[in-house]
Amino acid sequence: MMDIKDDFLELGGHKFSSRFILGSGKFSLTLLEAAIKDAKAQIVTLALRRVNEGGSENILDFIPKDITILPNTSGARNADEAVRIAKLARELGCGDFVKVECIKDSRYLLPDNYETIKATEKLANLGFIVMPYMYPDLNVARDLVNAGAACVMPLGAPIGTNKGLATREFIKILIDEIELPVIVDAGIGNPAQACEAMQMGCAAVMANTAIATSGDVRAMAKAFALSIEAGRLAYLAGLGEISEAARASSPLSGFLE
Amino acid sequence: MSYMDGMQRIDKSLMNRVLNLRENYNYEGYTKSDVKRALGMSRVDVEGLRALLSPAAGEFLEEMAARAQSDMKRHFGNGIELFTPLYISNFCDSNCVYCGFSSHNKISRLRLKVDEIKTELESIAKSGLKDVLILTGESAKKRDLSYIGEACKEASKLFSNVGVEIYPLNSDEYAYLHECGVDYVIVFQETYSPEKYAKVHIGGQKMSFAYRFNAQERALMGGMRGVGFAALLGLDDFRKDAFATAIHANFIQQKYPHAEIAISCPRLRPAKNKSEVNAGEVDEKSLFQVICAYRIFLPFANITISTRENAKFRNGIIKVAASKISAGVSVGVGTHLDGVKRGDEQFEIDDTRGVDEIYKDILALNLQPVMSNHIYV
Repeated sequence: MMDIKDDFLELGGHKFSSRFILGSGKFSLTLLEAAIKDAKAQIVTLALRRVNEGGSENILDFIPKDITILPNTSGARNADEAVRIAKLARELGCGDFVKVECIKDSRYLLPDNYETIKATEKLANLGFIVMPYMYPDLNVARDLVNAGAACVMPLGAPIGTNKGLATREFIKILIDEIELPVIVDAGIGNPAQACEAMQMGCAAVMANTAIATSGDVRAMAKAFALSIEAGRLAYLAGLGEISEAARASSPLSGFLE
Repeated sequence: MSYMDGMQRIDKSLMNRVLNLRENYNYEGYTKSDVKRALGMSRVDVEGLRALLSPAAGEFLEEMAARAQSDMKRHFGNGIELFTPLYISNFCDSNCVYCGFSSHNKISRLRLKVDEIKTELESIAKSGLKDVLILTGESAKKRDLSYIGEACKEASKLFSNVGVEIYPLNSDEYAYLHECGVDYVIVFQETYSPEKYAKVHIGGQKMSFAYRFNAQERALMGGMRGVGFAALLGLDDFRKDAFATAIHANFIQQKYPHAEIAISCPRLRPAKNKSEVNAGEVDEKSLFQVICAYRIFLPFANITISTRENAKFRNGIIKVAASKISAGVSVGVGTHLDGVKRGDEQFEIDDTRGVDEIYKDILALNLQPVMSNHIYV
């Protein structure tokens, strides 16, 4: 039997036993700390624009030191701005990971794939471990691989909608065709959807709104952690085939043996 | 009134569209079933907005609040952004009958020197705030622009987000301010009724309705990231003005998809020598309805609630629909230096809580005060 303890998510040469990436955008600071513990997340995103450096409550102070911070470039409308924010993050001591977000639509917050590819190439050349947030398009994913991305992060549904895997079929194609980890980012609204993403073969799931806006942040963080682990285990075990016709448990041709 | 010399012109089709829609908005014709239908839409359209701003929706405040709260949580989580305005001058060339800064109103005038602005900014920064809005009177003299630019340069050294609420500019002038560190521009249209606008703006550059209407577009053309809209509720028919504000913001966002849209919700307030000025029929329930309608129609927009309203209302509305709140506010000039007023206020405020107090009150509401939510790139 597969031992999940030997199963790691690998990103840019780093290994993580947790496949749950926790977004920090919509939490209260104290709850964030608690949610990290319950989610058992090892990677937590950080919007650099939210860092109140020198302020009374700096979000960095609420993220435990053993957690990998994944700064994102939210606020960037194009590749140049994303690169600038990433450099600022590195100067602030946030490490080499960066989640590229290039968004020039303030209504739906959909990523601009073209600018994302450009930013990924520039940042990978600067030595960053680049995790690009993208609209699930196979051609773009291939370009991101060539640009030096460490994974691809397709959206399941628009940010904050909790609508789940609306882009399911396209994410499946990425999983089939792209060698890098495919991490569903945005739209995951409940633990069942996270579990489904993992069962499909996603390498990890990122969630934020679903947890931050739940009635009990800590309980929901735990529920996500469990569902992601369950989904991963199911994927590793290999799901049974889905068939249109009934198949008898006792084969009809069994008497021939 | 039409454009004046030196005013950059913008194609008037968007303005005409907004004004025509406003003119033809007959809110008395909407029924309870129209309101229910609007609240049932996953994405409320212009017709839904009309219903939500109608008198019929007044009976559905609780339902509207629930929908608004849900929309706000989805887009903003539980974060509430804090900012403070800094008035650097109350000189004004325009004559507006309702405003304390009006050029014909006898008040104590002051224009802070740049070193005084710096001291005021430092004083504000000590409170932990990272978002500041620089304000002046409507003094259109061009020499003022470099002065405002210098103030903004100083502000951008201490704050992560700097906005201006000043007289409308041409796009190259907005570009200059953007270079000085400004990233958002707020312009209140006051009223979207051209007739009423002409009656209450009787002198100065502000007389040009069209130039003011297109200010947000010129600001975006000048490179600004965000623009803010508002009608001064109570100046004219508040339902029509609220409707026009929301569709104006919506059309600009559609035309400039990258634009970050904000809406303010000011009601008329008494001012020095203008104690007769008041919000009239725009009572708190009406204001609540308007703000909820804004949130439901534009769920992604920042909605600001100012100190024109009292602490109880402000605490209530940030739980439901408003995502940004001012704190530690003085609408006079020079008061952050030592608390001593030097120049008179634009209007009377109703919430005098300091930054610490508002911060604690937000936490007590199980919300998260957000000081910094911006990065200048």
